[in-house]
Amino acid sequence: MASKKSLVVEYLKYEQMLKEISKGKRIDGRKLLETRPLSIEPGVIEKANGSAKVTLGNTEVIAGIKIQTGVPFDDTPNKGLLIVTSEILPIAASWAEPGPPNAEVIELARVVDRGVRESKIIELTDFCIVEGKKVLAIFVDISVLNVDGNLFDAASYAAVAALLTAKMPKYKITKEGEIEDTGKQIPLVTKLIPVSTTMALINDTIVVDPTLDEETVMEARFTITTTTKNSICAGQKGFPGGFSLKQIELAVDTALKNGESIRKKIKKSVELAQKK
Amino acid sequence: MSKLLNSKNRRLDGRKLDELRPIKMEVGVIDNANGSAYIEFGRNKVMAAVYGPKDVHPKHMMKTESAILKCRYHMTPFSTGTRKNPAPSRRETEISKIISEALEPAIVMTDYPRTAIHVYVEILQSDGGSRCAGVTAASLALADAGINMRDLTSGCAAGKIDGKVALDLDEVEDMEGDADLPMAILPNLEKVTLLQLDGDFSHKEFIEALKLAKKGCLKVYEMQRNALNDKYFGNGKA
Repeated sequence: MASKKSLVVEYLKYEQMLKEISKGKRIDGRKLLETRPLSIEPGVIEKANGSAKVTLGNTEVIAGIKIQTGVPFDDTPNKGLLIVTSEILPIAASWAEPGPPNAEVIELARVVDRGVRESKIIELTDFCIVEGKKVLAIFVDISVLNVDGNLFDAASYAAVAALLTAKMPKYKITKEGEIEDTGKQIPLVTKLIPVSTTMALINDTIVVDPTLDEETVMEARFTITTTTKNSICAGQKGFPGGFSLKQIELAVDTALKNGESIRKKIKKSVELAQKK
Repeated sequence: MSKLLNSKNRRLDGRKLDELRPIKMEVGVIDNANGSAYIEFGRNKVMAAVYGPKDVHPKHMMKTESAILKCRYHMTPFSTGTRKNPAPSRRETEISKIISEALEPAIVMTDYPRTAIHVYVEILQSDGGSRCAGVTAASLALADAGINMRDLTSGCAAGKIDGKVALDLDEVEDMEGDADLPMAILPNLEKVTLLQLDGDFSHKEFIEALKLAKKGCLKVYEMQRNALNDKYFGNGKA
């Protein structure tokens, strides 16, 4: 991502990549619609209300959730706040620099945000304490530890796994009308599980879960978030290239199918973490 | 939940499900700019201007083999219900990026090496679908600037209101409705270059919305051609 110009894929590698893709294969041996190995480890940060570390191939991210009180927006007085941010840490790549987020990183956070928000994994009305005055703000902060492509999916899985295992402080209102922290932590009520699937268009062919090398040469990118095997809740096309309608239909079919298998993996990792 | 459709499937503003809002387009509205366009898409009022190709600043952004495209989508403080802070928001940064990416494939970037093309999209009033109106206006402004292009970029959204797929949602329909699918296409090259989605679509509804949005984009494309014809040939007929 970010400044790709310093990450030139050598010409030979590019040629090889195109050759493999024309044969229906990838340079790392995967099939076109095959994802990389995925591991999800919830609960890696004890001080966070919820957290998860995700590795997708060599891409590595941590999502941490902090839940604290805040003031609701005027137009949604009975809803809690959901704030998603992301950062590519300077440890994550030679070209990553500290500083304010650039457009790529803002897009990353907003696409993860949209997937989570639109899926109704959590109901923001559950996070209202006093209507119009006090609500809970859910901060989902995503730190990218190592970049090897497809930050969108890795960040999304981490955010979702962190939310599924998060606990929030329980507040009560005293007789004097003050808000008091009971010191208890209760799990969030979660519903549908959103799963993001990102695809790249290389040489007019769709490949799933692109590596950094593949992203460097891709013409366009498409991310689709699904909530069940037949419902789609978010999407984002990126990069200066275009898809045909046929390709978009293939992408949606792929996302629905991939969504089901990843959803199982997320559920399993969450169950495993909750047993501990 | 408020009802957005009456028993005859008419919308709050009287439109049918597959009907666009009234659209007005004018090319060449800013004297100082190399190219410009003004669009009204229902109550959206959008002004776009192009400056360049010109020198690249900062210099390290320069590409030796092609131009770079710098695009800014910006909402004026008075364009929304409550005043919008004029500083660029994260939403605007994201939309600037995707508009730029929707326009770029239509431009012959390699014709302008070592230059920058600046596209400014100013939303004077927003009423749902401003990014589609914005990308449409920007494409007209690029054409007006005489920049070599393979195609126009034409934008239009589809969505879902009261469980039914509908074309070109306005602000109320976007807020109260079930889903929104903003899209932009290169009509002649048959490529989708802007696509976003939020809300809840089944697989079938998504495909339906995709096709409906394409139809809307094609209608917008006709109007874009007419607007360019109006300025350059004075007849308004494609």
